[in-house]
Amino acid sequence: MLVIILSGFIFAVFIPWLYRRFGARSGWLFALLPLGWLFYLAGQAPLVLGQGQAIEEHIPWVPSLGVELAFRLDGLGMLFALLVTGIGALVIIYGGGYLSGHPYQGRFFLLITLFMVAMLGVVLSDHLLLLFVFWELTSITSFLLIGFEHQRYGARAAAWQALLVTAGGGLALLAGLVLLSQVAGSGLISVINQNGAAIRSSSLYTAALLLILIGAFTKSAQFPFHFWLPNAMVAPTPVSAYLHSATMVKAGVFLLARLTPALAGTSLWQALVSSVGFMTLLVGALLALGQRDLKRLLAYTTVGALGTMTFLLGLGGDLAIKAAVVYILAHAFYKGALFLVAGAVDHSTGTRDIERLGNLASILPWVTLAALLAGISMAGLPPALGFLAKELFFESLMESTWPHYLSLGGAILAGAITFVVAALVAFKPFWGRTQDVPHPPHPVSVEFWLGPVILSGLGLVVGIMPALATPLIQGAVQSILQSSLKVKLALWHGITPVLGFSLLTLGLGGLGWAFYRRLWQGGEIWRKLAPWGPARLYEVGLNGLRRFAAWQTRVLQNGYLRFYVMTIVLTTVLLTGFTLLSRLAWLGVGGWGDIRFYEFVVVVLMIAAAVVIPRLRSRLATVATMGMIGYGLVLIYLIYSAPDLAMVQFAIETLTVILFVLAVYRLPKFTRLTPSPTRFLDLLVAIGGGMLMTALVLIVTARPLVPHISDYFAQNSLLLANGRNVVNVILVDFRGLDTLGEITVLALAGIGVYALVRLTLGRLMVYFEGLEEEEEAEHERAL
Amino acid sequence: MTLALALLIGVLFTVALYLMMRRNLVKVLIGLIILSNAINLFIFTLGRLVRGRPPLIPAGETALQPPYADPLPQALILTAIVISFGVTAFAVALMRQAYQVLGTSDLNELRDTDIQPRYHPDHYHAEDEAEGH
Repeated sequence: MLVIILSGFIFAVFIPWLYRRFGARSGWLFALLPLGWLFYLAGQAPLVLGQGQAIEEHIPWVPSLGVELAFRLDGLGMLFALLVTGIGALVIIYGGGYLSGHPYQGRFFLLITLFMVAMLGVVLSDHLLLLFVFWELTSITSFLLIGFEHQRYGARAAAWQALLVTAGGGLALLAGLVLLSQVAGSGLISVINQNGAAIRSSSLYTAALLLILIGAFTKSAQFPFHFWLPNAMVAPTPVSAYLHSATMVKAGVFLLARLTPALAGTSLWQALVSSVGFMTLLVGALLALGQRDLKRLLAYTTVGALGTMTFLLGLGGDLAIKAAVVYILAHAFYKGALFLVAGAVDHSTGTRDIERLGNLASILPWVTLAALLAGISMAGLPPALGFLAKELFFESLMESTWPHYLSLGGAILAGAITFVVAALVAFKPFWGRTQDVPHPPHPVSVEFWLGPVILSGLGLVVGIMPALATPLIQGAVQSILQSSLKVKLALWHGITPVLGFSLLTLGLGGLGWAFYRRLWQGGEIWRKLAPWGPARLYEVGLNGLRRFAAWQTRVLQNGYLRFYVMTIVLTTVLLTGFTLLSRLAWLGVGGWGDIRFYEFVVVVLMIAAAVVIPRLRSRLATVATMGMIGYGLVLIYLIYSAPDLAMVQFAIETLTVILFVLAVYRLPKFTRLTPSPTRFLDLLVAIGGGMLMTALVLIVTARPLVPHISDYFAQNSLLLANGRNVVNVILVDFRGLDTLGEITVLALAGIGVYALVRLTLGRLMVYFEGLEEEEEAEHERAL
Repeated sequence: MTLALALLIGVLFTVALYLMMRRNLVKVLIGLIILSNAINLFIFTLGRLVRGRPPLIPAGETALQPPYADPLPQALILTAIVISFGVTAFAVALMRQAYQVLGTSDLNELRDTDIQPRYHPDHYHAEDEAEGH
């Protein structure tokens, strides 16, 4: 499986070059890669699905942290990997036609391939951190693909929104995954899934579960994070079909399924996951009312479908899990197909407005066929797979502990609305009167209908002959439940209450279809309610953050050096002061010790010089006093066994004084610029900083020194480096590279000084003045 | 003696920080120089004070015999002294040039990048003469 991931990344590198070579037709070529993976994966099917054996690969990555490139292909991974590669191939072919002539078509191929690799990584990873890396990679590629038309503000805003929501959830997810691996003692998902009981009884379970759920809910657009998904529809349609319907948004659902053995089964899981799923299922369906854009209609029903899957995973149990898996498969087939159909219609007519579309069947025969087949499945009509999924959904609701009037009522309502949307998207544009469209509809090439026809056809074939997909579904169900449950699917369940609910849904849906105009007018209310939705919260939060950033930049970066120094000193003093105060032990230690008279004199002189400097008005006196401090330092170094320091300090101090004397007379005299109260405040802050340093010295010197490093130098200076002056040996030998760096800095400073001195400002001034004159002239002209 | 040096370090830091909060560029620069001296002394004191035992290996011996002054802080300070001189030299040159071009050394007037240069060859010398040089 590492081969798949690596080959994908390597292939992606060559895509720009291949695209330049083969042009728009290269979609067919690029589709070969996912097709190859599809066949490879299908080749593993007898082992994985037939014998229920997972294929594992382990390559050490960061052994010290227990992180490895662990991949595992089991039933669940197989289901998703087949969807990702299969639909991926079709979408790439589609992109070859849909984006033909688009200046960024090559970029599309590159990004979609990268996304595909990332998504495969998510579903094949057996290590939490590896899964997270791929998870974030899908967020990033999704961001780039939503913002594909980056010249448009709307596209950039939607891309930002999707990224902030999903990557924000990703941060929570990371924390949750780290907690989970701490609790389980391993990052390997297969190991974690075997220790479910221990994890669920751990005290960290609640925290880990909540964090992981935030990650999964944001990714899968669950209420209240659902708003980013409809906005993401600004992406090119193949992207919407692939990322934002068939695969990426299902990553959250996938994660819930993947970790079901470890996390599910508690009342917290059931309450949270199923109620969030239920809310999302209702919200998605209801918000679809009033939408006129094909893609937004599909997006809201996608939200609803994701809610259904989450709901089922939250309910848990054999039947619900089976229903969830069938639903995932059915949805991927019909929704992927319908998005591609919407794209073809858009391409052909120039609009996606359902009110303006009609009678396209004769112009787009194949697209119409695909739309009809997919529409049947979406509407939940037999014999499509969608019907089977809905039957199973109802059945698991009957079994669940939820009050039936609530859960079944919600499901029937959502099902009826989905029916209406299916009719609007898959039926209305192709029949009835010819409507006004931006340009006369033109037929579309094979790239446009191949994918939809295959996907929708699969939905129908599998519906009629469920046995074809049973091994796949059974494999996934078995790995979610970690059992050897046998799955049997049949289209006809006999005359049961469930069939009654199905008929009721269809009846209501038919009624809704008949009166859809009135219903859609009712949907206008969402537009009025929008300012109070969760999207508004996102907006307010984001604007608040921006304002806060602007405010704190204005306050903290205000351009006054005095303020900066003050901020730094005060922050340091306040933050470290607390810790120092709590270790007052230093007050007792020290004492004057064995201070000698001449040392005392040096220190007193230096203190006196320092205190005097700020009060001096004469520049020469200031420089001289500054020299006193420097030469005092020379004496201290000399007394305390640092002859090298004393020599260097002496030389440098002399140079500094000369430099100042040379430069200072070119400078203005000192004048008192700051009023006294401010000076007093500054003094207080400065004294705080000084006291902190004094305290630090006393505390540190009161503790014993641990001279590991110096001992090494002391022992080896002569033996290894043939030098008796240990300080010199450190500088030129042991830490020779540091000294090289130092020399470089000095050289740069020297070049800087030279450049500044040589800078011919006269010419610069002429330039400035010239600019001013020009500006004035322009101003006059403007008047 | 450690206590005396600790007090000296405190005073040097106080003065340096106070000077760095002034508006006059020259004072800020002097503050910077005192600050680097104070930091060097700080590191030096933390390496412990030892009289009369420089880290030099006497002839006939192969290694330093304790007690000896810690060579590591000395090496660090040696580097720091030289670097801070580089910084000082650059800062002095920059300050001089900035004053020539902008005609001010008041930091509060140097907040924008859009200050109109006030320099004029005559203006500069005129002021110099007015000061009596």
